[in-house]
Amino acid sequence: MTKEVVDEQRNDPMREKSARGSGGPVIAATRLARNFGRTKAVKDVSFAVEEGEVFGFLGPNGAGKTTTISMLCTLLKPSAGQASVAGHDVVGGRPEVRRSIGLVFQDPTLDEYLTATQNLRFHAYAYGVPRRTRDKRIRELLTLMELWDRRNSSVREYSGGMKRRLEIARGLLHHPHILFLDEPTLGLDPQTRHRIWKYVLDLRRREGLTIFLTTHYMDEAENCDRIAIIDQGEIVAVDRPDVLKNSLGGDLVTLRTENSAAALEEISNRYGLTGSVEDDTVAFSVPRADEFLPELLRTFPLRVLAAGVRRPTLDDVFLALTGHSIRDDRANNNERLRRYLGTPGMRMQIH
Amino acid sequence: MSGTFRGIWVIAYRELLRFVRERTRIASSLLMPIIFMVVFSEGLKRQIGSLAVGVDFVKFMYPGIVAMSVSINAIFSGLSVVWDREIGFLKEVLVSPLSRSGVVLGKALGAAVIALFQSLVMLAIAPLFGVPVTLEIVLKLIPIVFVLSLSLAGFGLLIGSRMRSQQSFQLLVQMVVFPLTFLAGVFFPVNNVPRWMEIVSKLNPLTYGVDAIRRIFLAGEVPRLPLGSSHPIIGVIVFGHTTTTLEDVALVGALGAVLLIGAIFSFNRQV
Repeated sequence: MTKEVVDEQRNDPMREKSARGSGGPVIAATRLARNFGRTKAVKDVSFAVEEGEVFGFLGPNGAGKTTTISMLCTLLKPSAGQASVAGHDVVGGRPEVRRSIGLVFQDPTLDEYLTATQNLRFHAYAYGVPRRTRDKRIRELLTLMELWDRRNSSVREYSGGMKRRLEIARGLLHHPHILFLDEPTLGLDPQTRHRIWKYVLDLRRREGLTIFLTTHYMDEAENCDRIAIIDQGEIVAVDRPDVLKNSLGGDLVTLRTENSAAALEEISNRYGLTGSVEDDTVAFSVPRADEFLPELLRTFPLRVLAAGVRRPTLDDVFLALTGHSIRDDRANNNERLRRYLGTPGMRMQIH
Repeated sequence: MSGTFRGIWVIAYRELLRFVRERTRIASSLLMPIIFMVVFSEGLKRQIGSLAVGVDFVKFMYPGIVAMSVSINAIFSGLSVVWDREIGFLKEVLVSPLSRSGVVLGKALGAAVIALFQSLVMLAIAPLFGVPVTLEIVLKLIPIVFVLSLSLAGFGLLIGSRMRSQQSFQLLVQMVVFPLTFLAGVFFPVNNVPRWMEIVSKLNPLTYGVDAIRRIFLAGEVPRLPLGSSHPIIGVIVFGHTTTTLEDVALVGALGAVLLIGAIFSFNRQV
């Protein structure tokens, strides 16, 4: 049920080939679905990720992002459909898939009573990283993540951003082909988020990794080569972020006038544009808003109280495709509350 | 198969690392049996006196306390699974290429090594309570403590694999552990108690663990018995047959194997 909204853009000559290898997709999902009781968390999802790509799943909380990632990482069995990761089936080839992926979960999974080095050693042993390269690799990754100086501190003394960096380092320790990041910067401040992205993109360059991530931050999705927009368990579009934004038909113009209905009609009659009204403001898209707006204002019969122009964001794309905003914070708050209430015992025990 | 062996040692390694890093856990695992010893031996020594020729109450109870504290600690090792689940670390383990059976056996092995350490410390301080310890006792005790703690870790892990919160694990285990330890012949011989208590005690697998350890301690004090004859304070009489040390250990070990296999199955079900 994948709706390709941007069919006409698919042959864009600017579109670069993102695949580095020639051996087909490294992640392929075909009609993947997962139910929890009667709730359909993921319905019929199909997509392919090429080698070396940074591929993002963008959608609000509860859209099915974590469920999809869990199925790809062999932590959940699909209810229907199939998926292969690094050439192995996620059900039949579980051990092979596990060996070829690195995983950074949404919730912390470090042993806080151990030091950073001990956490990494454990991981190296568990994945059978050869003794010869183990310590060198640990040093290399801790240095890259700027944690080398704190390598012998207990993880419970780390800040949220340091923990996330350590988890990314751990996920990369065994030289995986694919790194899965589930909401890698959730709950982190903007500077830390920026830094983590710098590391991730750096790593992609150095190690030729394929990165699959989920996010509900639009600015984060901008960093991806391609994104799949997912809502209520279904993929509604897959493409490059700029292609998706251009598919909206250019820039977004907003006008506040004394009569929104009349303004809407006027725009439709004169320019043949369709817009929408929200909070006394008319909004519509035109290719070159910077040239269009002065022209419109010169001859517009109604009094314009305010006018604005902006480049479309991925949120606009999401809104256009699903009819609601990704920033609809209801799901967000519920999620936060659930997490907070779900772990009171743990917090009390740790400190 | 290599995944299983690697699992066993990697997981056991972490259990030990955790144990060493948590000084309160080391202290509490040693303090509890010592408190039991001091309170009971000082409190009851004079009232009770000898249970058999040459065996006073302290000599009788000390091996029981060793068995009891080893057992309790081994069962509570299942808590580490629940803890790992709560802090999220279990996911790191479950998504790794380590096999599930390796993970379960590694946790049990870690618990067994910790239990061994604990019993060795208790042996070292035994002379302070007037309980003689010889090298022979130490060497014979090691395999028995090992089997006993592996088996009871199996029990703890089976429960731990099903529990979502530490509180519920602790409540459930405490409910089981108290009757289990009090009716295991730790504080009194099971062959000379009211009928109902005798039946319950002899159905309790821990009774055989306690008996095995006690036999090692008292081997020098109690004259060797002809097979089949009963003794008031050692051996468990089942249908007129007095168990031997080997039978005690075999029974505990067999049950432990079943529990560990059950724990592995239970773990396998959580992908």
